[in-house]
Amino acid sequence: MLYINCPHCGMRSQNEFSYGGDASVKRPELNKEVSDQEWDNFVYNRKSLRGKHLELWQHISGCRQWIKVERDTATHEIFRTFKADEEVA
Amino acid sequence: MTQAFRIENGGLINRDKKLSFKFNGKTYFGYEGDTLASALLANGVHLVGRSFKYHRPRGFFGAGVDEPYAVVQLYRNGETEPNIKATEQELFEGLEAKSVNCWPSVNFDIGAINNFLKIFLPAGFYYKTFMWPKSFWFRIYEPFIRKAAGLGVASTKHDKERYEHKYEYCDLLIAGSGPSGLAGAYAAAKNGAKVILAEDKPRFGGSLLTSDVNIGNQSGKDWAEGIIAELKTMPNVVVKNRSQIFGYYDHNMLVMSEKVSDHLPSTKKYHPNKRLWYIRAKEVLISSGSIERPIVFGNNDTPGVMLSSAAKEYLKVYGVLVGRKPLVFTNNDSGYETAIEFKKNGVDPVVLDSRKNAESEIIDEAKNLGINIKNSYVVVAAQGYKKVKSADIASISEDKKQLGKIENIQCDCICVSGFWTPTIHLASQSGNKTKFKEEIDAFVPGQSKQNEITLGAANGVFSLEETLKTSFTAGSELSKKLTKKDNEIAIPNVVEKKSSQHDKFWCVPLPKGKNYKRFLDFQNDVAVSDVEIALREGYRSIEHVKRYTTLGMATDQGKTSNLNGLQLVSEIENKVVPAVGHTTFRPPYTPVSIGAIVGREVGKHSKPTRKSPMHSWHEKNNAVFVDAGVWLRPRYYKRGNENLFEASKREAKNVRTNVGVCDVTTLGKIDIKGPDAAVLLNRVYTNAWLKLPVGKARYGVMLREDGIVMDDGTTTRISENHYHMTTTTAQAANVLSHLEYYLQLVWPELNVNVVSTTEQWAGAAIAGPKSRHLLQKLFPNSDVSNEGLPFMGYMEGDLFGVKARIFRISFSGELAYEVNVESDYGSFMWEKIMEVGGEFNIQPYGTEALSTLRIEMGHVAGSELDGRTIPFDNALEGLVSKKKDFIGKRSLQRSAFTAEDRQRIVGVVPLDKQTSIPEGSHLVKDDKAPLPNPKLGHISASCWSVEYDNPFSLAILKDGKNMIGQKLFAMSPLKNKVIPVEIVSSHYVDPKGERVRS
Repeated sequence: MLYINCPHCGMRSQNEFSYGGDASVKRPELNKEVSDQEWDNFVYNRKSLRGKHLELWQHISGCRQWIKVERDTATHEIFRTFKADEEVA
Repeated sequence: MTQAFRIENGGLINRDKKLSFKFNGKTYFGYEGDTLASALLANGVHLVGRSFKYHRPRGFFGAGVDEPYAVVQLYRNGETEPNIKATEQELFEGLEAKSVNCWPSVNFDIGAINNFLKIFLPAGFYYKTFMWPKSFWFRIYEPFIRKAAGLGVASTKHDKERYEHKYEYCDLLIAGSGPSGLAGAYAAAKNGAKVILAEDKPRFGGSLLTSDVNIGNQSGKDWAEGIIAELKTMPNVVVKNRSQIFGYYDHNMLVMSEKVSDHLPSTKKYHPNKRLWYIRAKEVLISSGSIERPIVFGNNDTPGVMLSSAAKEYLKVYGVLVGRKPLVFTNNDSGYETAIEFKKNGVDPVVLDSRKNAESEIIDEAKNLGINIKNSYVVVAAQGYKKVKSADIASISEDKKQLGKIENIQCDCICVSGFWTPTIHLASQSGNKTKFKEEIDAFVPGQSKQNEITLGAANGVFSLEETLKTSFTAGSELSKKLTKKDNEIAIPNVVEKKSSQHDKFWCVPLPKGKNYKRFLDFQNDVAVSDVEIALREGYRSIEHVKRYTTLGMATDQGKTSNLNGLQLVSEIENKVVPAVGHTTFRPPYTPVSIGAIVGREVGKHSKPTRKSPMHSWHEKNNAVFVDAGVWLRPRYYKRGNENLFEASKREAKNVRTNVGVCDVTTLGKIDIKGPDAAVLLNRVYTNAWLKLPVGKARYGVMLREDGIVMDDGTTTRISENHYHMTTTTAQAANVLSHLEYYLQLVWPELNVNVVSTTEQWAGAAIAGPKSRHLLQKLFPNSDVSNEGLPFMGYMEGDLFGVKARIFRISFSGELAYEVNVESDYGSFMWEKIMEVGGEFNIQPYGTEALSTLRIEMGHVAGSELDGRTIPFDNALEGLVSKKKDFIGKRSLQRSAFTAEDRQRIVGVVPLDKQTSIPEGSHLVKDDKAPLPNPKLGHISASCWSVEYDNPFSLAILKDGKNMIGQKLFAMSPLKNKVIPVEIVSSHYVDPKGERVRS
């Protein structure tokens, strides 16, 4: 079971969180003309990569904040975690 | 009745407490502190079971977790548990056990005929033979094989025992309380670290309990006892026996199974049977020791053949002689230690050493005691069927290929030592890439991946002095990092006898003309010949060989067989063992009770049960409940002998003619506040929200980004910046997460807060033509007329002194209201409604009537919003704004969603107006068409229309818009029904929606 450092609450076990997918996905702006390809990329197309992955988790049984977690999908190593509005350098 | 093989004195058992127990129906006696195995051996019982495939007689091979044979069916306190290792089960008064895998009895087992058919049962036999004819597999072959091969029988009764889970955090977790574990724990504890020390056996000390060593001028055993006693007094240390760490998972999470009650005749009141510990450790010290490995020879599975370390343990811990004429067969000095213990207890062993000459302090001691030692000698085969009677022995050439003349010597047990295999399971599970260590012919942990270190015998270090030194140091260093304290500990002196190099010999060749079975895996009956066949047939990967032959796959997971199997494969393949590699070690290290894994989450406790504040009223009024998500809701209120159908019809009809009240507390409720609340709603819902006035409710549909309907419900504007959103019961949690996602990640600039208030409000829906009359009486000071409180209106009211929210919304399609009060006033509200409603013939109605009412009105619910439909499919396209953007809007332009013949909701009526259509039925054009009959749609919900008194269903139908009036067939192969139907509008009752506005 993963051990995730919630930037708001500290180290917590995975069973307090729910997974939210790729954190690098940006929603197209509202009221903007979007091509089929662009929209498909936003809604469906994901890389499912092996290695370092920036992903979203929500601390549902804790502070209910959505956070970003930098995790290796092969080894499960977690490198860094960020608040929702924190820039990932 | 006498314990003929128990020595006069010695052992760690409590001779003052005699215990009686039954094995296969016969009563025996043992002592407190015995295992079932040691107690049986004390009584001279060696035959405990039959082998898995050939049903050969089997006895005891080990004395602990590595035991492959002695698996029994245990009976305790009226319960039974299968596949208990007799070597691990502690004796208690009244214990009962039976042999498994034999019929009619362990002494006369019909399946043993397989032993004589063994040439027909080679590796892969089942795969090859039972292939044809195919139809025989399920009916004949499989049941037969299952009956013939198998271990114990699981109980079919409900398990009365309790199991619990515990979550724990520590600085240092130590797996195993041998010398390494004790030293590491002591050093770390002295530095103030939070330590958990786990030992799977009842007694702490590991090898110190049986080895002849001295630490700090005490015997190893006394030193261990002293350390444990001191650790137990320290507040920062948890010391646990009977506790097996069986799994090493991600981020230094280890799981331990603690047997709290298995050693007692029955579990104490309020105690669990087992406790599962989830331990998050900052550092882990793996001090799991090593397991002796066998040498392979003919008939090496005969009862009486066992590991030499087990024989020593039975003698030193339990005071039990495993034989009176022991033969010790060894390739290293460990066998001599066992022989010396026999000799000290007045028994004359014979030692066969495969080495030509070996010299060490231990061997010298054996020689000085006058023990008969034969060098360059091996056991060729054990003789005897149900018990070793003698052994065929022979000298062996230096290249270990030629046997000398075979001699037969009398013996009643053969104690084997083929050197030691480090227990690397936990290290391997942690992700550690193991490496092969030539000097010990075994794998040891390599580079650590997580925060783990393996020391002592588990790391292939068999010198006590070195083990203590490295472990004390590791304990200090690891704890120093965490506690910043450094209490130096003097490492005690160690007196141990030096041993000599072991012999790499592991398998005795077959003598000419003999075809003895030489077993590698004892529990699964895998012999040398089986692995040879697998390799001849082209299996190369060790993982494939394992699965084809079942080598190492039994409940002991090859603890005694793995390395010898690898040796054989590497020899045949002319590869070195590290090139062959070992199979993956996976948790659990030892079998774990399913009960322990499940813990307290059984039956009603497997998920939370939520009850509305009015629950006890429903109970008192004969409600029959149904699970709705995590909630319990009244399905109907039973009157007299009514069934579900009759009761729900009565309740629904009463709503259509008088007034009914339904508990709607379970609906999800979300409080939304902030100056941008309307903007959020406008983006979340498909319809327009910016102009909703205060005191008004609106129905809304929300989509996922892929255009599929996520949920629906009404949201009410309570005040300028305050909205009250309702969701369906099932989607409440998802909708909240959905809103939080957009507010926190996508549109953080919106100034809005959302919070779940589902539990804060109790809700009652009052529906029916007389509902306004009732409402007027409930709120005499409020104007609830059609003008005062119009359809989709909202007001606050005073319910006999209790503040209430009144919404004029309707799911039933009738004139209806929903009244909310704070949860604590829920039953007060409900009782008042029932009391005042008496004169209007009010009746409570359950979810079944609620469904009927909404279905015949064509209102959609979860069965239509099933994660596959868009607004158009549910005839909700009128709510989709063309002007503004919202979540999922862009997806609605996808070609499949805009297709001319897009599926759409319709109503379905059987032509005979009699036959109810099963939900899930397919709609087809031609009921006689060849299969697969093209499906046009499916029935999503069915009811008995109380308005028209005939069955009515909703369906999602392809091109539904143009299908009204068509005749189709509803087919339910599951219910074996074909029903001719007519497609009608989904708005079966009051299509213009006049009633809700009346």
